[in-house]
Amino acid sequence: MVAIYLALVLFGWISIYAATYDDLHPSIFDLAKNHGKQALWIGLALVIGLIMLFFDTRFFETFAYPIYGFALLLLVGVLVFGTEVKGAQSWFVMGPISFQPSEIAKFGTALALAKYLSIHGARFDQLSIKLKSLLIIFLPGAFILLQPDVGSLLVFISFLIVLYRQGLSGWIFGLGFIAIVLFVMALFLKQYQWTIFDTLIEGKVAFIAGLSALAAAIYYYLRRRKGSLFIIAASYIASLGYFLSVDYLFDKVLKTHHQNRINELLGIVSDPLGAGYNVHQSKIAIGSGGFSGKGFLQGTQTKFHFVPEQSTDFIFCTVGEEWGFIGTLILISLFLTLMSRIIWLAEKQRSVFTRVYGYCVASILFIHFTINIAMTIGLAPVIGIPLPFFSYGGSSLWSFTLLLFTFIKLDSERKYVLR
Amino acid sequence: MNNLENRKITVIALFVVISLIFIARLFFIQVIDDSYTSSADNQALRYVTQYPARGIIYDRHGKILVQNQAAFDLMIVPRQVEGLDTAAFCELLNITEEEFEIRVEKARNYSSYRASIFQKQLTGADYARVAENLYRFNGFYGQKRTLRIYPDSVAAHVLGYIGEVNSRDIERDTVYKSGDFIGISGLEKQYENVLRGERGREVLMVDVHNTVQGKYQDGALDVAAVSGVNLVSTLDLELQKYGEQLMRFKKGSIVAIEPSSGEVLCLVSSPNYDPNLLVGVKRAANYQLLAQNDSLDPLFNRALMAKYPPGSIFKIIQALIGLQDGVITENTGLACNKALVGCHNHPAATTLREAIQMSCNPYFHQVFKRLINKGYSSNYFEDSALGLDEWHEKVSKFGLGQRLAIDLPSLKSGSIPNVELYDRIYGKRRWAISTIYSVSIGQGEVEVVPLQMANLAATVANRGFYIDPHLVKEIDAEHDSIIHYQANNTGIESKYFEPIVDAMQAVVDKPGGTARKARIDSIVVCGKTGTAENPHGEDHSVFVAFAPRENPQIAIAVYVENAGFGGTWAAPIASLMIEKYISGTIGDTLKEQRILDANLLFEPIEN
Repeated sequence: MVAIYLALVLFGWISIYAATYDDLHPSIFDLAKNHGKQALWIGLALVIGLIMLFFDTRFFETFAYPIYGFALLLLVGVLVFGTEVKGAQSWFVMGPISFQPSEIAKFGTALALAKYLSIHGARFDQLSIKLKSLLIIFLPGAFILLQPDVGSLLVFISFLIVLYRQGLSGWIFGLGFIAIVLFVMALFLKQYQWTIFDTLIEGKVAFIAGLSALAAAIYYYLRRRKGSLFIIAASYIASLGYFLSVDYLFDKVLKTHHQNRINELLGIVSDPLGAGYNVHQSKIAIGSGGFSGKGFLQGTQTKFHFVPEQSTDFIFCTVGEEWGFIGTLILISLFLTLMSRIIWLAEKQRSVFTRVYGYCVASILFIHFTINIAMTIGLAPVIGIPLPFFSYGGSSLWSFTLLLFTFIKLDSERKYVLR
Repeated sequence: MNNLENRKITVIALFVVISLIFIARLFFIQVIDDSYTSSADNQALRYVTQYPARGIIYDRHGKILVQNQAAFDLMIVPRQVEGLDTAAFCELLNITEEEFEIRVEKARNYSSYRASIFQKQLTGADYARVAENLYRFNGFYGQKRTLRIYPDSVAAHVLGYIGEVNSRDIERDTVYKSGDFIGISGLEKQYENVLRGERGREVLMVDVHNTVQGKYQDGALDVAAVSGVNLVSTLDLELQKYGEQLMRFKKGSIVAIEPSSGEVLCLVSSPNYDPNLLVGVKRAANYQLLAQNDSLDPLFNRALMAKYPPGSIFKIIQALIGLQDGVITENTGLACNKALVGCHNHPAATTLREAIQMSCNPYFHQVFKRLINKGYSSNYFEDSALGLDEWHEKVSKFGLGQRLAIDLPSLKSGSIPNVELYDRIYGKRRWAISTIYSVSIGQGEVEVVPLQMANLAATVANRGFYIDPHLVKEIDAEHDSIIHYQANNTGIESKYFEPIVDAMQAVVDKPGGTARKARIDSIVVCGKTGTAENPHGEDHSVFVAFAPRENPQIAIAVYVENAGFGGTWAAPIASLMIEKYISGTIGDTLKEQRILDANLLFEPIEN
């Protein structure tokens, strides 16, 4: 696991080097450039990792709630004292050092959730426990929404995976999935209309008709079962209500740039020079890498700044362009192995705390990995969250290191207990 | 609980599914779909054209007729322009601020990121002044081009000019791309394929701001421009220049040929223009000015395109064909019967020599009658037609009535009347010698261009053959094969030329000869005057000659429009040219001065 970590961090480092490389600053250790700084951050991250290994396991359990509380304080604090970067008030800047409290909040929430579920997890089937777990997750989530930082908010949603493991019904994911499908369909259908029997039928009307027909069909199929009418009617009305409110939600609640990104992703509008610029350029960079890539430092798209944010959120482009399909395959394999390994180890734990914590770590990694790569290849809207261990930036690197090495430490305890 | 433990499988499966989706998607955009690769190339690579230097054209002695000078297009990248001191910049370029705004706007409309031309073709000196200050003006840089320069400003009509290709050129030949130069006239056009060279290419990497970041793959894909191949022309720069001087303030042309080789020594058309006027950006405007000059028409290449009646010079051909056909001998004497055709007063010609020397019109009327009425048919008209047919064929062998094979575009053929022509004019079998007799003395339907007359002089100098006149003698080993010219036999035996040559020498040397003004003490010149009737005004003064009599080095034809009798102006000009070419110096400076001072134009030339 440490080996994968090191592999990812080093791969990330040289990718940042490639992304920001210029002939004037050829040294990979040049502190004036991102890659030079990243070297420094990596060094410090390793120190943090080592320090974590020296903590006593019980320290984490004991201080889970205080750390969580501290993180919440920071989240509140950042809303007051923070610095606005790219439209979100999510950074503390103190001279040369700046960090995002949401990173600490991830760690804190993971610990708090683990602690809470290690005590009450056995009674997870009780609604109050479920709700309290959700509160632990969404309290920091709410503060982050106020910043607002959609990317970090999604990370907290990923904790639902942990709850799923604890017994949360899989239906919630089903519902989420249906919600997304309806949302997309609503946006899509808005632009279509058909003429049938000389009658102009708008997409919306067609959808409602279809939904009604589906509901009727299901009812007919299940008509003998008691209460099915009620459930079908309720979900029909809920779907319809949600469907009809999508327009309002989309136009009024989401910000313009979010609307643009979603429209762009769905292909409703195409504007490669405006809202779609990042993704368009990113796809060009990755696509031009071909099977084996252009070679280290040979990427023209990433090196010459066609892709914005390429050493941070769009670092995956550099990998795609310079190392090609081979590189991206290896990278995805590394992540998949790391995440699966964490889950695997988590299940072996005797301590519920460690297991829940492990799930938290895997979930956080997973959501970052999924959203980040999906956005660079045009499968998700652009949401600014970094690729773990890879993207430039001390704050995120340290927080992932913190998360991971804490798990490694907790895991080492398992062997100790066995002995 | 056990049930929940199995949920790890679901979670890991989720990880795997997402990873597989990513891998599939990446496989598609990276390996299968290659449209992204070309998009990337278009974006990050800039293909910069390296314009080749055009081939240089030398004269026969290795002196430069046309070469290249560096010029610079001042390029602008609007986006990079910042903090510009507009006033200083405009002063430097000598433009107004309004003009500046217009140009920047135009460039911006094209593209903010890509370079476009702000000012075309600054000369080296101008650019040097600008370049010194360019560091103050972000967003501007110079791109090198080459322009033609003519050090002696001569031979404009021969060399021709070049210009940027138009859409039709590009369509016709894929070698060309917008912005390339192409030869439009003269040798530049004729030898375009040799002179143009090959465009090179430099592949540069540019960043998102279109700033050059260095060579792509260290220049592995770059192609160096290949300079055009140089030409060695047959022209004699000094002679050409001298001819142009002599023809100042006169309309007309001088063509000189080396008889033994067919090499054109000079080809002067006057009025001419300074070829440096038709270079670069000022070409279009200057061309307009030159083209609008109706009365002088300096762009018109008279030496190749002006059709004149040959006048008395045509008598040489009539005499030669008459001798070869046996209708006369060198001792044939014929009366100067002015009833046949008008003539000046002179003693009757008792020999062919005297007839030519005195240029007796009735003599050649009778020669021509004998040539076309040979008794092939009992019908007089039919006989005339058969005779003219035969005559036409023989005249054509002198390169008349057809385009000579010279290596220049835009050449006129002139015309020698044939049966068809007269049938058309007068009706079939309704014409005979009495209808067409003016042809006998080179008037009427006979038309020649000056080049053909010089070629005739060369033919006589060679006693019976001519080599296709040509203007390029050497290219390089690879291209020499495209120069081709051949010897053409007139079908007249060389012995028949001696009486003609005698007479031509007498024209110049003998007291009473029509071209006494062409005499040069040290050189035996043989010539023949002509006075081409001109329906629009004063006759044209014509003289053809070659010299020396034995082993002739130069054959020449001089036309001076509206200058009257051939001996007055054309003959002395020819003699000066001959002397200049053979001796290198002029003995009779009074004669030279008279020509240089003469203004034979009805109106003064501007500038």
